[in-house]
Amino acid sequence: MTITRRSALAAAGLLAVPSIVRAQGNTPIRIGEINSYTAAPAFTLPYRNGWMLAVEQVNAAGGVLGRKIEVISRDDAGRPPDAIRLAGELLDDQKVDLFAGSFLSNIGLALSDVAKQRRKLFVGGEPLTDAMVWQDGHRYCYRLRPSTYMQAAMLVDDAAKLKAKRWVTVSPNYEYGQSVVKWFKLMLAQKQPGVEFVAEQWPALGKIDAGATVAALAQAKPDAILNATFGPDLTNFVRQGNTRGLFEGRGVVSVLTGEPEYLDPLGDETPQGWIVTGYPVDSVTDPANKAFIEAYKARFNELPKMGSVVGHALIGSIVAGIAKAGSTETEKMADGFAGASFDTPFGKAAWRALDHQATLGTYVGKTALKNGKGTMVDWRYVDGAAALPSDEEVRKLRPA
Amino acid sequence: MSMALPPCRRTKRCGSCAPPEPVSALLVQLLSGLSGASSLFLVAAGLTVIFGVTRVVNFSHGSLTMLGAYLGWSILTRLPRGPEYFVLGIVLTALATAGIGALIEMLLLRRIYRAPELLQLLFTFGIVLVVQDAAQFLWGPNDLPLPRAPWLRSFVTIAGERVPFYDLVLIGIGPLVLAALWLLFTRTRWGTLVRAATQDREMVAALGVDQRRLFTTVFALGAGLAGMGGALALPDASANLQIDLNIITDAFVVVVVGGLGSLPGAFLASLLIGVLQSFGIVLFPQATLVLVFVIMAAVLVVRPNGLLGRAPAVARGAGQGFAAIRPAVPLLLRLGAAALVLAVLAPLAVGPFVLSVMTEMLIAMLFAASLHFMMGPGGMASFGHAAWFGIGAYAAAFAVKGLALGMGAGLLLAPLLAGVAAALFGWFVVRLSGVYLAMLTLAFAQIVWAAMFQAVEITGGDNGVLGVWPAPWAADRRVFYWLVLALCVGATLLLRRVLYAPFGYALRASRDSELRAEAIGLDTTLLRLAAFTLAGAAAGLAGGLAAFSKGSVFPGFISISRSVDGLLMVLLGGVQSMAGPVVGAVAYTGLFDLLLLATDQWRAMLGLAIIVLVLVFPQGIAGSIHRLWLRGREA
Repeated sequence: MTITRRSALAAAGLLAVPSIVRAQGNTPIRIGEINSYTAAPAFTLPYRNGWMLAVEQVNAAGGVLGRKIEVISRDDAGRPPDAIRLAGELLDDQKVDLFAGSFLSNIGLALSDVAKQRRKLFVGGEPLTDAMVWQDGHRYCYRLRPSTYMQAAMLVDDAAKLKAKRWVTVSPNYEYGQSVVKWFKLMLAQKQPGVEFVAEQWPALGKIDAGATVAALAQAKPDAILNATFGPDLTNFVRQGNTRGLFEGRGVVSVLTGEPEYLDPLGDETPQGWIVTGYPVDSVTDPANKAFIEAYKARFNELPKMGSVVGHALIGSIVAGIAKAGSTETEKMADGFAGASFDTPFGKAAWRALDHQATLGTYVGKTALKNGKGTMVDWRYVDGAAALPSDEEVRKLRPA
Repeated sequence: MSMALPPCRRTKRCGSCAPPEPVSALLVQLLSGLSGASSLFLVAAGLTVIFGVTRVVNFSHGSLTMLGAYLGWSILTRLPRGPEYFVLGIVLTALATAGIGALIEMLLLRRIYRAPELLQLLFTFGIVLVVQDAAQFLWGPNDLPLPRAPWLRSFVTIAGERVPFYDLVLIGIGPLVLAALWLLFTRTRWGTLVRAATQDREMVAALGVDQRRLFTTVFALGAGLAGMGGALALPDASANLQIDLNIITDAFVVVVVGGLGSLPGAFLASLLIGVLQSFGIVLFPQATLVLVFVIMAAVLVVRPNGLLGRAPAVARGAGQGFAAIRPAVPLLLRLGAAALVLAVLAPLAVGPFVLSVMTEMLIAMLFAASLHFMMGPGGMASFGHAAWFGIGAYAAAFAVKGLALGMGAGLLLAPLLAGVAAALFGWFVVRLSGVYLAMLTLAFAQIVWAAMFQAVEITGGDNGVLGVWPAPWAADRRVFYWLVLALCVGATLLLRRVLYAPFGYALRASRDSELRAEAIGLDTTLLRLAAFTLAGAAAGLAGGLAAFSKGSVFPGFISISRSVDGLLMVLLGGVQSMAGPVVGAVAYTGLFDLLLLATDQWRAMLGLAIIVLVLVFPQGIAGSIHRLWLRGREA
C-alpha cells in the first residue's frame, strides 16, 4: 500500500530532520468522525472496524507528516440535529483538524453545511446523494463513495442489454431512492429509446408491505424491475417476490444488493442473475483486496463487508490528502486534497479537483447461489471515474 | 380532509392511476391485505388487552414483539424444519415472551401504578431503550432472517394468481386468535374478571379480587401475543433491531381506531387498515408513509372513541381533580432567579460546545413548557406536539430562504404559522379526550411530517432546508444564546402568567370537571382550543429558534421521536408542577447529550436512568421534590 510506503518515507524523514519538526510530530493529527452507529449498526459496525484497522496500519507505519493520527468518533443516533451539535463539539472542544464520516444522505448534507459555515474540512464516507458534491457542493466538502448517479450509471449498460421494454421500479421513499430512480430512468431512456416505466412503488424505509408491493408490481406486467431497497426491506421484498414468482422470466437490476451486509441475510433465497452493485468479498483476487481481507480477518475474525471497505478507504483517502497538502491547515487541505491519489482495498482512487468526488468505484456483477449462500459472479470492477458525467456537465450541476 | 401529497406524476400510459384491474388482481391485493391485518391484530390485541385492564400505555409492546422475533429465530433455527416444529417454536416463543412480560410487570410496572397517568409511558419508554441495546448485545447488529422451509415458500394458485400459502395461514390465525381470546374472556372466571376490571377497576378491587395477579397475568397474555406476532412475522421478514419502533405506532393506531380496550374493535381496525393499506399501495404508491394516519384521523374525527370503543364512563374520583397549582413559594422563586442569573452569565465562562448544549436546553425548555401547558393545566396530552415545533421551524426557514426575509421576520412567522395551524387542527382535536386526543395529534403530526417529507421542491424532502443561519448581528454564538435565553425564558414566563390569570383557572376548571365548568358558563371547547393554539404557537417559536440554532430544518423536527422527547421531558419533570417542564427539559437534554458523548450503550444507560428516575421520583423530579418539601413543612 502506498499509504504505508508514503508514511514510511515520512517516518524515515522524521528521523532525519531536527527536533523542531519532531516537537510538532508529537501531537497526533485529530480526525473527528460522526456516524449513525446505533441507528444503522449493520453497516456502521463493520465500517468502524474498517477505519480502526486503517488507523492502526497508518500509525504502525509512522503516521503522516511525521505525526500519528487519532480518530475521535461520535454516534449521531441517526438524527441530523444531533450530528450538527456533535460536529460543533468535535470542532470546538476536541479541536479536530477535520471531520469525516456519515451514513445517511441527509446527515451527510447537514454536516457538509456545517463545514461550509465553519470553513472546516468535511470528508463524507458513505452518503450517496449527488447533491453533496454537485448542487450543494463546496470547497470544504469531499465525498468518497460512488454516488447514486454513479451507481445508476454503472448498472445502466447491463440494464440496456436486457432489451426490456416495460420497467417498474421499487425504491425506498427518500433522497437516495428517489435519486436512483431519477437517474436510472434518465440514463436508460437515453441508451434505449422507447423504454417505458409503467409503475413505481415507494415503500417507506424500513416499513415495506412486501406482499402488497410485489402484487402491485406484478400487476403492471413488467419485463424488468429496478430495485433500490436494501436491508430488512430487501429481505422481505425478495421473499414475497420469490414465492409470488415476481422475478421469474424478468430481468432485475438492483442497487447495492451485492454488498455483503445486504446479500448475506438473503441466504438460500438469494435470487439468481440479478444485476447488482456490490462487493464479491469471497471471490476477489487482486492483491490489494486480498491483503485487506487477510488483515481484516486477522484483526476481527470475520470477512469484511462493504462498510469495512468504506471505513478503511476513508482513512486512506484522508491520510493521502493530508500528505499531499503537507499541512493540516483547513485552507491548505481544501486545496491539497484535490488530485491526491490513494490506495483502497479496491485499488487506486483519487480525489477529483473538479467536484471533490473520489474516483473509488465498486463491483458490478450478477447474484448467484453457492452452497446455500448468496454471492456475486461475473463481476467486474468499475472505476468511479468511468461512471461520472463529462466535466462540462458536472460544471453545470455544480454552481460553486 | 385531503392528503397533502403531490399529484400523481406518472405518465398517461401508466395504467395504475385508474386501474381497470382484473378481478384476480383485486383478490390478490385483498388476500395480501388480510394477511397483513392478521399480523397486525396479534400485536394490537395484546396492547389493547393490557391497556383495557391496567390503563398502561405500553410503549414497550413493540420491544416485546421484537424480542419475540429474536427468540423465535433462536428457537426455530434450532428445531427441525417441519410445520409441526414451526408451531412448537411459535408456542415456545409466545410462552417465553409471556414470561418476560410477567417479569417486567412484577419487577417494574407494579411499582408505579399509583403514579400519575402516562408516567407509565415514560417508564415503558425506558424499557424500549434498554431492550434495544440488550437485543443488539445478545444477537448482534445484523438482520437475522429465518431460513424458510419449503412449505413456507409454497404458494396456492387462486384465480390464476399465486398466493403464498403462508399468507393463507396468517389469514386463518387472526380469527382463530380472536375466537380463542373471546372464549377465554367469556367462558372462564379469569376472563370475566378481566372484563370486569376493564369496565371498572375500583369495583373489582372492592369485591376482593387480587388485582396484582390479574394485572400480572393480563400483562403476560399481552406480552405472549406480542411475542407470537413477532415470531409469526419471521417467515416473511427477519429479526432486526427496527421492529420495535416500526410496529408500535401501527399497533397503537389499530388499538385507537378500534376503540381502546376493545378486542373486536382491534380486529376490525386491523382488517380496515390492512386492506386499505394493501389497496392504497396500488393507488397511491407515495402515500404509504401516511396512509394509516390518514385513516386514523378520519375515523377519530367521525367517531371520537374509535370504531367500537365506548365513551369512557366518568371514572370515580375523576371529578376531584388535582391540587390547585399555587404560585411558587419565595424560596423557589429565589432559586429560579439565581438559575436565571447563572444562565445569563454562563457565556462568559463556558466554551462553545457547552453553550450549544445550553441553547438546546433552552429551546427544549420552551418546547416542554408549551406541551406542559396543554398536558398539565389543559389536561390534553399530545403525542404529536412536534407538529407545531416543526411548522415553526419550517416557517422560519421559509421566511429566510423562500421569502428572503430576515431572522426577525422568521422568528415572528414561526409562532404565527404554528398557532394558526394548531388552531385549525385543534378544532378537531379538542373535542376528543385522553389517549384518543393524543393519538389524533399524532395523526396530524404524521400528516404534516409526510407533507414536508414529500414536498421535495419546497422543503428539500428529507435533506431538509440548509443554510438557515442567524442574522449577522446574532451570528456570534453568545449573542444568539442570549437571544434564545430572552425569548425562551420570556415565552415560558408568559405561559406561566397565563396559567395564573383567570383564563388559566377556567382552563383547569374545564379539565377537572367539564360538567361543572359548563354549568357556571365556561365555554370549555373554546377554552381548550385557545390553550391548544397558544401551546402550538409557543412550540412554533421554539421550532423557529431551533432552525436558526442548527442552521437547518429537517422533517425529523416533526418526527414521532421528537414528540416523544417532549413528552418524556414533561413527565420526567412532573406534570403537576410548574417547574416540571423546565427541570425535565434540562435533565433529559443534559442526560441525552452527555450519554451520547460518553458511551456506545447510551440507549441502555438512558433507559436505565429513566427507569430509576421514575422509580425514585414517581411524581416527576420537580413534583416529587415539591412533595418532599411539603412533607417537611407539614410535619
